[in-house]
Amino acid sequence: MNWLDRLRGQPSPRETAKQRLQVILVHDRSDLSPGLLEVIKDEIIAVLSRHVPIIAEEVRVTVTQDARECRLVADIPLGNRHSRS
Amino acid sequence: MSAQVITVTSGKGGVGKTTVTANVGMALAMAGKKVVCIDADIGLRNLDVVLGLENRIVYDIVHVVEGRCRTRQALIRDKRVPDLYLMPAAQSRDKSAVKPEDMVRICEELRPEFDYILIDSAAGIEEGFRTALAPADLILLVTNPEVAAVRDADRVVGLVEAMGKPTPKLIVNRLKPDMVRRGDMLDTSDVLEILAIELLGVIPEDEQVIVATNRGTPVVLEERSPAGQAFRAIARRLMGEAVPLFLSEDGQGVLGWLRRLVRSGGGR
Repeated sequence: MNWLDRLRGQPSPRETAKQRLQVILVHDRSDLSPGLLEVIKDEIIAVLSRHVPIIAEEVRVTVTQDARECRLVADIPLGNRHSRS
Repeated sequence: MSAQVITVTSGKGGVGKTTVTANVGMALAMAGKKVVCIDADIGLRNLDVVLGLENRIVYDIVHVVEGRCRTRQALIRDKRVPDLYLMPAAQSRDKSAVKPEDMVRICEELRPEFDYILIDSAAGIEEGFRTALAPADLILLVTNPEVAAVRDADRVVGLVEAMGKPTPKLIVNRLKPDMVRRGDMLDTSDVLEILAIELLGVIPEDEQVIVATNRGTPVVLEERSPAGQAFRAIARRLMGEAVPLFLSEDGQGVLGWLRRLVRSGGGR
């Protein structure tokens, strides 16, 4: 990596490789493709909406990992029933 | 005596499995251990060439499996060190010629006579991989510090755990410390953080390895070769010694330069 790229704040090939690997392995390890995560998200929204008000646009479904343990994490902001007009 | 069976595997091909098997096997033999290296890459045998024993093959592992010779008859003794043997693979057959249970049976027969049995696995994660893994007490996972090799290594870790085998120990092969320092290559610490398994050793890129393979004299026989030193360190760790790791992490700045100077001057 040359000094000009470094000055421009470009990530080094080493950092790029590491970041790419981390993303690739999250999907390899969990056998969950980004497309499938979208499907899961839509279904979670559909099910939960029947019971509680949620802010559908802000729902996030992601896979996180700690060492070799993968975890499916859904972040679901609840809508406030009373403040809604 | 009951040998420890060590299988060397990688997932991706071409990362240096055979080189690791030959050199670690020879380093263990140089340290006075009784060692047999088994080439489990049926149809694509190479361990014989890397060890320089290709002209002495009469029988191979498939002959043993098919009962056409006794197990001992397929063992070629390396004359450069006291107790190193090779059981070659067959070149004209395919992976299905040796089944996992055959490999287990051969290892059971050899165990009482040796300290270490090293198995050079075939690349990939199919039949040959499972056969090589079946008798393993310890699995060495070889990778290079690059995206495709680390990705495949991760897959192997998952498969090995699913098979109920112990988690592999990692060997990072062909690391270029200068490239790491420039930010152009993954460092050992990056690979370790991603794979989250125990590190057994790091082998620096070394042109001597190619020279050694051309000659059929494993690089570990070269006293001054950096790769040879790394292989000897791995062998000592396998024998239970605490040998400090070669990490390019401490290679930065004046302090790192001094540290390297002291280390290389220390001689081994």
